[in-house]
Amino acid sequence: MSLGTSATPLGRVRGLGPSGEGGEHWLRERVTSVALVLLGSWLLASLLFLPALDQATFAEWLRMPSGAVPMALFVVIAFAHALDGMKVVVDDYVHDDGSNFALNTLLLFAAVGGAALALFALGKIAFGGQA
Amino acid sequence: MADSRSRPMSPHLGIWKWGPHMLVSILHRVTGGALTVAGLAILVWWLMAIAQSGEAYGKFSAASTHWAGTVVLIGLTWAFFQHLLSGVRHLMMDSGLGFEIGANKRLAIVTVIGSLLLTAALWAWILGRAA
Repeated sequence: MSLGTSATPLGRVRGLGPSGEGGEHWLRERVTSVALVLLGSWLLASLLFLPALDQATFAEWLRMPSGAVPMALFVVIAFAHALDGMKVVVDDYVHDDGSNFALNTLLLFAAVGGAALALFALGKIAFGGQA
Repeated sequence: MADSRSRPMSPHLGIWKWGPHMLVSILHRVTGGALTVAGLAILVWWLMAIAQSGEAYGKFSAASTHWAGTVVLIGLTWAFFQHLLSGVRHLMMDSGLGFEIGANKRLAIVTVIGSLLLTAALWAWILGRAA
């Protein structure tokens, strides 16, 4: 794309800057972090106030909507935030385009897989019937 | 990227005098990585163990009450509190607060001391309850 010397200074540099995206990623990392302050505090407070720390108590707690729903939110948002954070680290240190893409894809698969496994477990606890 | 080797680099780690703000910056990254790799893996394992048979939970319980498992959990608790507090510090700085040298250093030191105190308090409570 050659615009020649007649282009305005802005026209000459347009498209030559950084990726032109990333603002959403930066903001999502902050928004999920605020959500995790709330959900993390909830998780900690819940564990502190549970009558005991064993399987039966955890299962009973996670069968109730007041336990299952915030825990599901915590899982999804924690994995999303972790993925956003790891992407920043990978982008900072892995400059080769191929390796960068491969590593970020691997992290995406791992995060989605981990979150799916955790949500399956929560569903089984909440709807599985077995004590 | 091939021609970048001969180009001058901006001053990097090692040239600056170490300060609390640098410590907290790198701790934020390290604790974030640890929480992603070990913390989320243990969260998924814990939820799966609750969802499965008593035998599966027995394995999780045995690992988490083993001294080495407890050390890992205490380490992750500290990582959680450090990342939480330095994350809140980041949110404050994102909104333009705490850039003066004195305030910045003080805030960084507060996150380090705060995470250690919170970890000690939580585990004193947990171990006291188990005893």
